Amino acid sequence: MDFLTILQVLDSTIRLATPLLLACLAGLFSERAGIFDIGLEGKMLAAAFFSAAVAYMTGSVWLGLLAGIAASMALSALHGIASITFQGNQLISGVAINFLAAGMTVLIAQDWFSQGGRTPSLTGAGRFNSITLPFAESLQSVPILGPIYHDLISGHTILVYVAFLMVPLTWWILFRTRFGLRLRAVGENPAAVDTAGVSVVGLRFAAVGICGILCGVAGAYLATALQAGFVKDMSAGRGYIALAALIFAKWRPWYALMSTMLFGFLQAIALRPDLIQNTIGVKVQVQLLDALPYILTVIILAGFVGKAIPPRAGGEPYVKER
Amino acid sequence: MDKMPAWADVVLIPIISLILAGILSTLVILAIGENPLEAYKLMIEGALMRSAGWGYTLYYATNFMFTGLAVSVAFHARMFNIGGEGQAMLGGLGVALACLFIPWPHWSLAILGSSIGAALFGAAWALIPAYLQAKRGSHIVITTIMFNFIAAALLNYLLVGLLKPAGAMDPATAKFPEPTHLPTFQDMFATAETPLFRGAPANVSFFLALLACLLVWLLIWRTKLGYEIRAFGYSQSGAKYAGISGVKTIIIAMLISGGLAGMMAVNTTQGEAERLILNMTEGAGFIGIAVALMGRNHPFGVLLAAILFGFLYQGGAELALWTSIPRELIVVIQALVILFTGALDNMVRMPLEKLFLALRKKEA
Repeated sequence: MDFLTILQVLDSTIRLATPLLLACLAGLFSERAGIFDIGLEGKMLAAAFFSAAVAYMTGSVWLGLLAGIAASMALSALHGIASITFQGNQLISGVAINFLAAGMTVLIAQDWFSQGGRTPSLTGAGRFNSITLPFAESLQSVPILGPIYHDLISGHTILVYVAFLMVPLTWWILFRTRFGLRLRAVGENPAAVDTAGVSVVGLRFAAVGICGILCGVAGAYLATALQAGFVKDMSAGRGYIALAALIFAKWRPWYALMSTMLFGFLQAIALRPDLIQNTIGVKVQVQLLDALPYILTVIILAGFVGKAIPPRAGGEPYVKER
Repeated sequence: MDKMPAWADVVLIPIISLILAGILSTLVILAIGENPLEAYKLMIEGALMRSAGWGYTLYYATNFMFTGLAVSVAFHARMFNIGGEGQAMLGGLGVALACLFIPWPHWSLAILGSSIGAALFGAAWALIPAYLQAKRGSHIVITTIMFNFIAAALLNYLLVGLLKPAGAMDPATAKFPEPTHLPTFQDMFATAETPLFRGAPANVSFFLALLACLLVWLLIWRTKLGYEIRAFGYSQSGAKYAGISGVKTIIIAMLISGGLAGMMAVNTTQGEAERLILNMTEGAGFIGIAVALMGRNHPFGVLLAAILFGFLYQGGAELALWTSIPRELIVVIQALVILFTGALDNMVRMPLEKLFLALRKKEA
């Protein structure tokens, strides 16, 4: 495998890992605050549809992004009302949200565009186009570093860079701010936070809201940057892979970057089965690569290779007085 | 003191939730510019007014009974088995292996063999998540979700490779041999003078599902094991003091659950497709969640809820055929049912409890 092919594979790794990373960080905020969220998938899907639909109708991808975030936030609010206000089962609420998004997006797409549950293709300003970073062209002739900078680092859409910047930002918010400390505390021991006079409900809603924003960006990336328009079920299990990545990362931001890159890499090489065969000389089944993120996550969950311990109050509704 | 009489909990809350889901669905139909009354009429005519419609409704209901029972048995042990989809896929594999490689003389023997195959494979697929939950504390919801995807990849691998007959194009096994074909309702009930259930896929496995409802009821409410499962689900620490092994209860409940989910494959794979295809679950594994919630985890409730969802499924297909409303309307209704009967249960329950308390105070 030559250098340029490696760059190509890594480049598509970054493209495919970006939605996973955004959704994984979204789940991280929510689960660190003690709200399990298996509705990441549905939120991404809803955001993908509304971002593509609004971007098509207005011609502005930025309005599309806002619409995507709004749709995702609406589902987050529903999750919050069900699991925080009414102390319902967070897992069941997540399942319901996934189905709601899967059904509503096709229903509305059919009503608005009559194209069998998809939006028309986006062009021009209706999409996020790739950005060429400064000096990418002029430095391309520099050996090794030049192609890395030109092919791998430069030439992505703005959302990719946003996603990568979100990693240190998430780390800083969670581990260096008062809000982050309280947010983590509310996921471990909400009663203590309540005793300290801080609103458990408020913090959890804030976390669920941040989760909604990030899922919205992830969904908008799918429909307006990775692809040009919405198609039915386009999130294709990415929300669940992000969930797997979150466990793989043991609910930590930097690990989340690594685990989503790993899973993105698996998706990228699954698209190039010829490369694997040439490199290691064995034909690896595509299905095995598809299943590998899930198998790895089960192994990690089983605790045979380092134990993944979730936030202690995760999944439990907080009841003030028992 | 109970806040509410038992009948309100069992009957009133599901009905109110259903009405709420119905109102929202009506609004959705209105919003996409269709006439809800026309739509409902079309659904009822297509699903319930003809015997063929019933044939489809009961065919879907058979799937949902199995997956609904699967979810509810696990719920009794306070396990959320979201892996019905994957367990059903493995069940399909069990059915296919039993039908393809054992020369059955007659369908009545074949259905026994394929049911055992389906239940064993489905249960085996639930075993690893169950073991990991019981022994290592890995959250069963996450592991069963992961196992759904692993099952899909496995089935995909087998159907494009090992199990595909040479020369075939589509990813499926060979057609099952003639003696394994199950009699459909048409074969059983239609005569030359009165054609009934023409072309409908409902088959003898519907009665298998009814039997499963009865057996699950006996198991949960009439046996020691069922008592242990319920006790464990009610209070894990209490059950431990009573000498009930948590590990054993989790694993047995999940094995039964996985086996039931796997058995839906007898209906779809042996009864309808007569070969193993990729999309053999038709999403029924997830609908089982809605069915179990709606049926309040009671086999009789599951039976009613399964028929309701069977009706919705068949009605939704009719809608998609005759109007511009896509089938996904049913997914939305399903989501609303899960939302109201599951996640927003307290929203319905709290005002009702207040109402009943107020009524009781007045009496006193």
